[in-house]
Amino acid sequence: MGNINTKLARLTIKQRPVEDEFPDLTEHCNHMAKVLTLDMYRRLRQHCTPNGFTIDHVIQTGVDNPGHPFIMTVGCVAGDEETYEVFKDLLDPIIQDRHGGYKPTDKHKTDLNPSNLKGGDDLDSNYVLSSRVRTGRSIRGFCLPPHCSRGERRAVEKLSVEALGVLSGDLKGKYYALKNMTDAKQQQLIDDHFLFDKPVSPLLLASGMARDWPDARGIWHNDTKTFLVWVNEEDHLRVISMQKGGNMKEVFTRFCTGLTKIEDLFKNKGHSFMWNEHLGYVLTCPSNLGTGLRAGVHVKLPNLSKYRQFEEILKRLRLQKRGTGGVDTAAVGGIFDISNADRLGFSEVELVQMVVDGVRLMIEMEKRLEKSQSIDDLMPAQK
Amino acid sequence: MPFGNTHNNFKLNFSVDDEYPDLTKHNNHMAKLLTKEIYAKLRDKQTPTGYTLDDVIQTGVDNPGHPFIMTVGCVAGDEESYEVFKDLLDPVISDRHGGYKATDKHKTDLNFENLKGGDDLDPNYVLSSRVRTGRSIKGYALPPHNTRGERRAVERLSVEALNSLDGEFKGKYYPLKSMTDAEQEQLINDHFLFDKPVSPLLLAAGMARDWPDGRGIWHNENKTFLVWVNEEDHLRVIAMQKGGNMKEVFKRFCVGLQRIEEIFKKHNHGFMWNEHLGFILTCPSNLGTGLRGGVHVKLPKLSTHAKFEEILTRLRLQKRGTGGVDTASVGGVFDISNADRIGSSEVDQVQCVVDGVKLMVEMEKKLEKGESIDSMIPAQK
Repeated sequence: MGNINTKLARLTIKQRPVEDEFPDLTEHCNHMAKVLTLDMYRRLRQHCTPNGFTIDHVIQTGVDNPGHPFIMTVGCVAGDEETYEVFKDLLDPIIQDRHGGYKPTDKHKTDLNPSNLKGGDDLDSNYVLSSRVRTGRSIRGFCLPPHCSRGERRAVEKLSVEALGVLSGDLKGKYYALKNMTDAKQQQLIDDHFLFDKPVSPLLLASGMARDWPDARGIWHNDTKTFLVWVNEEDHLRVISMQKGGNMKEVFTRFCTGLTKIEDLFKNKGHSFMWNEHLGYVLTCPSNLGTGLRAGVHVKLPNLSKYRQFEEILKRLRLQKRGTGGVDTAAVGGIFDISNADRLGFSEVELVQMVVDGVRLMIEMEKRLEKSQSIDDLMPAQK
Repeated sequence: MPFGNTHNNFKLNFSVDDEYPDLTKHNNHMAKLLTKEIYAKLRDKQTPTGYTLDDVIQTGVDNPGHPFIMTVGCVAGDEESYEVFKDLLDPVISDRHGGYKATDKHKTDLNFENLKGGDDLDPNYVLSSRVRTGRSIKGYALPPHNTRGERRAVERLSVEALNSLDGEFKGKYYPLKSMTDAEQEQLINDHFLFDKPVSPLLLAAGMARDWPDGRGIWHNENKTFLVWVNEEDHLRVIAMQKGGNMKEVFKRFCVGLQRIEEIFKKHNHGFMWNEHLGFILTCPSNLGTGLRGGVHVKLPKLSTHAKFEEILTRLRLQKRGTGGVDTASVGGVFDISNADRIGSSEVDQVQCVVDGVKLMVEMEKKLEKGESIDSMIPAQK
């Protein structure tokens, strides 16, 4: 049997009956398990993407990680850009469920013009300890981390390092490959909170993203340590702009400027970012489609966080809370990571605006509660 | 079938240099032996079920290894892996199994009557005796690569076969996914339960996919014969009991195994076996007999003797802690078992254990009395 002919190929491997192969999802609670039916599986297992990604690849992480009643994980990943097309029968409903009703016919708006952001340069730094904006980008023409080969991953690294090496001014920086990092540099990156580790989350491991670690993985940052790029972690690129204090406008401006420059550099080399007008930026996890953007602050809210309507306030402001260690960590000392809940269906500017406006409001509430005053009149409507 | 870049054909657009793994910091059998030339030759091949070289080696790439412990660093995804990728696997097998050549033949001997002695190991020292092996069901892909349907089919066939056993082998199957808390507690107390693998060696090879679907534990009523279904191999078969009567354990092992094999053959799904590699299992380290026969034995003095390691080497035995592979010994109690798997028969290997443990218990007794054991040091077997 030779190489499998690709291009939406029909899988020709002898297959057992669908009922034998359909995963047991009875104990599962994730978006994939909610949506995948036997008939859907029957149809989708006949195909693969031009590069050989199958329905079983897409769902493996969701099968292996049944989920949690309180936290709805996505339970599936893309292996390449075409995944979202070939497996749309599964992924469209998941995207709709995960992204607040976003329809297969909807269009997503990209806006990376920082001058469209109103305010955001004056969040009270007695409360806001730091501000950060991150997103991901995928390089068109290469498979995504669950499915890429070593050669592809190295090519992404090479292109990225070349592109980043051209940045100048306050974006001028240096690349540190994980595989030959000195102990001193590693310690420095840990102290700066820049270092990413080999994934340990079973969600990521089950999708094959940690293969060949640490080959072709690395961290680039500028000299002033305010602009950071992760290469080949959960996405081809993760781009992060951050600094101490509450000047989100400055962070977002650097973010947009840097991203736009990087995108131009890639285009000059004949490689654009994966993007389309329906899904916006295409990333590995369906939860990061659209903007892929998470903008947030570390903010002290010891009183507000214990207020009975804290969750409701967050919900109405379209924000989410995390601990200061990132996703799935606990808050320490009343300090929370507050960020936008949405990714798709809103532009970058809109999402950062929500964070800026929402955090400003929550600090006002915190100050009121400090003085034991009511915050009923400050309660926002659902955005 | 998923997990990895099995059908990622873009990779063939990249050069060998671009795709060849970085093994400079690695210390495992695969890393030692996979040259760029071999990689170039094999990288566009696949077995009939679609297993590729990158699948074979992924676990070894992801787990660089340890200077003291040489892991194998590669796995088979199906029976044909050992043929399609022989240019890599033959040297790995030779390196791992004491120079076993590509042309060598392996002898299978499951006739328990050929074992001499073994019924009188001193139970003051030998706390328990155990023999285990693995079996793969012909016609199905192996745990790194099988689909849910294949895994379930292996489970169905296995349960049918095991439920037809009678006499001392009459028993019951406990699927992992529907086990009650009470059953689980009991199986833990009996030391029968196997868990979802946590070892990165196994996880990187994709063996834990779809857990716990299709996995389970079968044991007889006497709790002396146990079968694991769909853990690291299709079947792991274990005979065990307290005390030092290895002969009885081995007899039960052989009889039970042969009864199970007959039933599988009736369904036209015999065990994977050939005259070169013996029984075919997922890990190349378990080829041949796939047999590990061992005892938990108290050797507090001998284990601290300067020549303990040398004695084990000469007796063709290995030590482990009482928690199994990669655990530490507790209270001077060691798990002592045969080091070899291929090139000698089941009877040969259990004989090594029986003879070797008997000798080591005698040495322990001598050391207890403060006497020398120099005259007892064995020649290299």
